[in-house]
Amino acid sequence: MIAVLVETDADGVLVVSQEALTFGRGLAERAGGLPLHAVLVGRPGEEPPPGVLTQLGEQGVASVHHVVDDQLTAYSAAAWAAALVDVVRSAGAAVVLAAGTPRGNEVLAHTATRLGVAMAANVVGIDTVGADAGDPLIVTRQVVGGAVLEQMRLDDPVAVLSVAGHAVEPVAGETATTPDVVELSPTLADADLVARVVRTGEKVPDASGALTSARVVVGAGRGAGSADGFKDVVRLSELLGGAVGVSRVVTSLGWRPHHEQVGQTGSRISPDLYIACGISGAIQHWAGCSSAKTILAVNTDPDAPMVTRAHYAVIGDLHEIVPAINEEIERRRT
Amino acid sequence: MTDVLVCIKRVPGASGEVLLSDDGQRVDARHVGWTLSAHEECAIELATRVAGDTGGTATVLTVGPADAIEQLRDALAVGCGRAVLVEAETDRFGPVDVAAAIAEVVRAHEADDTSYGLVLLGNDAADTGDFQVPVRLAYALGRPVVTGISTCTVEGDLVVAHGDGPDGPETFELPVPAVVAVMEGGVAPRYPSVMGRMKAKKVAIEQVAAEFEPVGSGRVLLTLPPEQPSAVQLLGQGPDAAPAVVDLLEELGMVSR
Repeated sequence: MIAVLVETDADGVLVVSQEALTFGRGLAERAGGLPLHAVLVGRPGEEPPPGVLTQLGEQGVASVHHVVDDQLTAYSAAAWAAALVDVVRSAGAAVVLAAGTPRGNEVLAHTATRLGVAMAANVVGIDTVGADAGDPLIVTRQVVGGAVLEQMRLDDPVAVLSVAGHAVEPVAGETATTPDVVELSPTLADADLVARVVRTGEKVPDASGALTSARVVVGAGRGAGSADGFKDVVRLSELLGGAVGVSRVVTSLGWRPHHEQVGQTGSRISPDLYIACGISGAIQHWAGCSSAKTILAVNTDPDAPMVTRAHYAVIGDLHEIVPAINEEIERRRT
Repeated sequence: MTDVLVCIKRVPGASGEVLLSDDGQRVDARHVGWTLSAHEECAIELATRVAGDTGGTATVLTVGPADAIEQLRDALAVGCGRAVLVEAETDRFGPVDVAAAIAEVVRAHEADDTSYGLVLLGNDAADTGDFQVPVRLAYALGRPVVTGISTCTVEGDLVVAHGDGPDGPETFELPVPAVVAVMEGGVAPRYPSVMGRMKAKKVAIEQVAAEFEPVGSGRVLLTLPPEQPSAVQLLGQGPDAAPAVVDLLEELGMVSR
């Protein structure tokens, strides 16, 4: 079977986890119809939310391993991995998957280490699935911030993979299932609980969460010129009900806070529209914005990578163009 | 007093065009040069702060080719006091091997004179992006580990680490000795001063060889994603293009009249 670690929030299964489930279902089919299982860390005394079970059923999940333990109320990667390892051993998983989120990658790194097997991070495709159990699995994964693809061979009895965001569209299976729910209290050692969250603070309302879920992101880079050069970009994002995203150079220079950074070491965004103003589109930044459905570049350099890779472009200085766009939007609204 | 070890990696720069070697086994950095991962620049900053705050030392280590001495000197120039190069053919090394090589040095220094209360690494390397060396190292050393950390301090016998979780900012408290993987964003790396650079040149770098047969990375081949031909549609030049842009925004349903 294939086990997928599923992350949820108040709205149900995270989109990235749905992608991992769709990816897992595709792999399960190619491997000759392996069952797809989900691993869900829950709260003691609570059933998995019905909406979550419906979403898992739409993805074709046959069984849900509902991990409940008083000691798992606070997140600990080692404890989550202990639960995954229990599932691998008790239900005989050939592949363990999770979305390539910070939490997904962290738990899988613990899981792979505990199992003594390799882990492939940020996988985007499956190249070869052996005909027999024990045959190597060859995957393609993103390296160098997605600028390079690596074909990687996994020879171990259990393959551990994190799925890169947007590797697949999350789509429902042909037939929805009604998953069995199996409660699991994992075997935990004291050492598994040492590195756990002791406090969670208030979520900052305009932190990177707003950026990653925004339908429109207005980005600015070195072309903004100074910390004072973002007024028009911020105004445009307000007019469009979107979020502001910036390149790494902007945060390195201290012009804007790090939580606005889009890129390999910032947020990875996938808005319907990304308006990239004064951003050249180096690898570091492209890694974070390439999943935008439509890109409009505003740049003085018509040969900048951001311009040539964009769907639409305006050539010129953002300090002249963005205020003109703002004025035009406001003029048409009155 | 906390002695800190910070582990870094020489990686290709991320500001230009990436090329691959003819055999598809490595990145050819001839046009982009070599640098450090952004996460590791922050890890170095945290290492020097913790060492400074506690009266301890900061040692920088890399597993890599002899040329990686350049990156070790950069770290020495911003406050690390000691440097270790574990010379290895990193193309043959996977995350299991890198963690094993670092663990060997930690144990050797411990047997010698230095016990690292805190080992810092970058969360994931800018090139291979494996997301697992810190965790594998922690298991090899039998120490607790937390990843995705933006700031940390050592308070008595505890490493207090802060990161961004899905539900808000998270705090972890780990008993020393511990392993912490750092993400960019919590601290601003300092720039080396001329004095710092001069001082760094004089530090003798400890060089050891990784003498074991690596498990490897499982790499079959590197390829570049197919470059799509540019299909950009120019909406105009300068502010005169604003009406065309707003037409597009209306078409995409981003603004309504």
